[in-house]
Amino acid sequence: MTNPAPADPRQTASEQELIASILAGQRDNFHLLIRPYEGQLYRTALALMKNETEAEDVVQDAVLKAYRKLASFRGDSKFSTWLIAITLNEARARLRKDGRATLDSLDAQREDNGDFTPATLTDWREVPLAALERQEIRDLIQRAVAGLPDTYREIVTLRDLEELSVNETAAALGISIALVKVRLHRARMMLQKKLAPHLKLAGKKEPKTRTFGRLSWL
Amino acid sequence: MALNCLHVWDHISEYIDNTLDPQVRAEVERHLAHCEICSAIIDSTRNIIVLMADDRVFELPLDFSKRLHARLDEVLKHEDPEPLGIGP
Ligand SMILES: [Zn+2]
Repeated sequence: MTNPAPADPRQTASEQELIASILAGQRDNFHLLIRPYEGQLYRTALALMKNETEAEDVVQDAVLKAYRKLASFRGDSKFSTWLIAITLNEARARLRKDGRATLDSLDAQREDNGDFTPATLTDWREVPLAALERQEIRDLIQRAVAGLPDTYREIVTLRDLEELSVNETAAALGISIALVKVRLHRARMMLQKKLAPHLKLAGKKEPKTRTFGRLSWL
Repeated sequence: MALNCLHVWDHISEYIDNTLDPQVRAEVERHLAHCEICSAIIDSTRNIIVLMADDRVFELPLDFSKRLHARLDEVLKHEDPEPLGIGP
């Protein structure tokens, strides 16, 4: 009753069936197959390319590649993980071509010297999701994620933005589960350190302005 | 052995993901029961993770989807997916 689109084929046919139908000639079903993952793929590409236009190009190329190679999808990983892996490859190939590939060794060095102590605060009050209506809050978070070292930004994007499991993140990036956990921990601590003090202040400002606004209408 | 704050900080990410081994988790919880600082660090980290995951933070560019499906259509019109066994 609350769902306005009960006839959506995605809800009745499983992904596997959708894939089978595409391979059997119903090519247009590919639109439906990828639609739920567009945002995920875009944010994944953006994490590597750091540029909206390039991220969009990468996603388009990756999706076309996924269509052409669809018969080789085995179903031993989730379809979304397969799509993300193709997108990561596409982005990396482009970075390599432009000589912008991340040198993992440099980042590994940074991993040792980085500052992974959190920001200490005693009076944290939860910042509600409604705060994301404010551009200023969205900008804060975007800048903090964009400012992470490359390898950390990849991990945080897959694990915390796309909400892949630790195992899926490791599979998509081709690194060990242990390394995912270490990098994820450090990335989260860096974000906490960078964001918590600002969010705390921003969260405090809100009720005051609101009250003031309301009072002025009384 | 009681954990101090520095030890607890090493476990924050795994504590949030609930992947700590039960004994370590119990020790962390014992510490959190009386340490305001560590409790606030964990609450803020968890809160930041929730905020980051919201789709409003990294919005798709305007008409992203339209352009993607238009480009896809050009290929779907003319091409089948490659049959298995074709080399890279
Ligand atoms: Zn403590």
